[in-house]
Amino acid sequence: MRVVVFLKQIPDPANPSRFDPDTFRLERSEDQIIDETDRYGVEMGLRIAEATGGTVTLVSMGPVGRAQGIRQALAMGAARAVIVDDDALEDADALTTARMLAAATRRTGFDLVICGTESTDGYSGVVPQMVAEILGVAALTYATGVETGDGQVTIQRQTSAGYDLVVSDLPALVSVTAGVVEPRYPTFQGIMQAKRKPTETLSAADLGVPISVGQQVVSISPAPERAAGVIAEDEGEAHLLIVEKLQEVKVI
Amino acid sequence: MAELWTFCEESEGGPSTLGLELLAKARLLGEATVFYVGSGSPRAWATLGEHGANRVFHIDPGEQLPAAPAAAALATLAGENPPRLMLFGQAYTDRDVVGRLAARMGLPVLSNAVDVTLDSDGRVRTRHEISGGSEIAEAEFTSSGPHLVIIRPKSFPAEPVGGPPPPVVSIESPDVGSAGAVVTGRHARERKGPDLEEAAVIVSGGRGLGDAEHYSLIEQVAAPLGAATGATRAIVDAGWVPYAKQVGQTGKTVKPDVYMACGISGAMQHLVGMKDAKTIIAVNKDPDAPIFTIADLGIVGDVHKVLPKLIAELAGD
Repeated sequence: MRVVVFLKQIPDPANPSRFDPDTFRLERSEDQIIDETDRYGVEMGLRIAEATGGTVTLVSMGPVGRAQGIRQALAMGAARAVIVDDDALEDADALTTARMLAAATRRTGFDLVICGTESTDGYSGVVPQMVAEILGVAALTYATGVETGDGQVTIQRQTSAGYDLVVSDLPALVSVTAGVVEPRYPTFQGIMQAKRKPTETLSAADLGVPISVGQQVVSISPAPERAAGVIAEDEGEAHLLIVEKLQEVKVI
Repeated sequence: MAELWTFCEESEGGPSTLGLELLAKARLLGEATVFYVGSGSPRAWATLGEHGANRVFHIDPGEQLPAAPAAAALATLAGENPPRLMLFGQAYTDRDVVGRLAARMGLPVLSNAVDVTLDSDGRVRTRHEISGGSEIAEAEFTSSGPHLVIIRPKSFPAEPVGGPPPPVVSIESPDVGSAGAVVTGRHARERKGPDLEEAAVIVSGGRGLGDAEHYSLIEQVAAPLGAATGATRAIVDAGWVPYAKQVGQTGKTVKPDVYMACGISGAMQHLVGMKDAKTIIAVNKDPDAPIFTIADLGIVGDVHKVLPKLIAELAGD
């Protein structure tokens, strides 16, 4: 099966990045990591590809930088990567992103697209569904489990009450929640092989997709601060402060 | 008056709370039409009327996953008679529908808004809490409408205003061919204790608990307080507790009277879902944990020492 996995490289959330005060863009360094949630998508894609004798192609959009995130996913076992990197996409919104990812996916050829439910830095949470609509396939979203067979894909779709079983014909797109499978760590051999795997970098023009962005950020300002609270070090009796607070707000 | 449409998914036989929240906002901005997805019933229409709906579009996708048929029906309706603004909630089905609708109509979407304004020129502006709620971004559309906005839950109170039952236009669920998917089974997990989104008191746990077994400390603190139990994404991802307990960006948004965060450092993803609690109590051993910046009472200490003593104290020992 031809499996396409979407992957986003993001600034490390452990080192929060700033917004440029003039453009309101997130400042991105050359050092970017694989979005944690995408590691689950890569793992799920690899398992399905391995079970069906197929391969995983990574599709990514954004400044490639030093490509640490993409190399990590290649080292996990993906066969190749297609990267849409174009300065003109710096202000891309969700729809523009979806159009690029869909065009790159169609160009690659696919039976199944796997992606996360939202990115950790932008989290618009609508790109998977947009891509599915553009590709004319079903979007099986918020999957905590995925199985393929007989030209169909079945997922366990997370709901607030539990889960639903959802099935559609292939080709299809599946968005997976983090925690769905335990992502593998790259082996030494995998890391060495990743360096020789093919990667292709494309511009919006290469894909033949016009860029039109219909929204803009007009201001960013600090939120009103919460009044400072009381911070106390526990020296054995701090639980009594909690009890006092609960009494003060009449919970007990 | 401007025409606005709001999305509403059926929940337990009636309009979802989130759908009523969107309607509460829409009726302040103009004439509100509700796009209702589910079986529908006279009781549901009456509730929508009481909350200010002027009209209802109703589609029942049956066992189809609602996204593709609902988006196709909405695109047809909006193509014939475009509203100024369409409001969706930051929830699974809403996101699925608006994503497909936006791609179908070639329209941008603004996500994760906590407020939306419509000025007299018809310009739409949205407000977003970013960086875990420490910054506010404002955004606007530069294209022509209809404008699609996704609103976070609990951004507006859902309050009845006492209107009559609105006219209901039933629309046949369209055939969506290869874009369709079918729900073949529904599984509900047993729920213990009060509902997270309604609870007045919530006790939540994070990585600082150390392992899944120690989540029982959270349950033991919650029980005598009649509190709901919550969790961070980290421990849900780790499989310690089910997703239904997750509070934060990708989980539930809560606004209880008291939120007690135990062993939670306060990742942005978590803060955005609970920072509007009236009183926040935090217990964490790292004095630099971001959770302390929003806590009314912060205890710098080990949850494994503080919580057992608190449990004993609450039990009156």
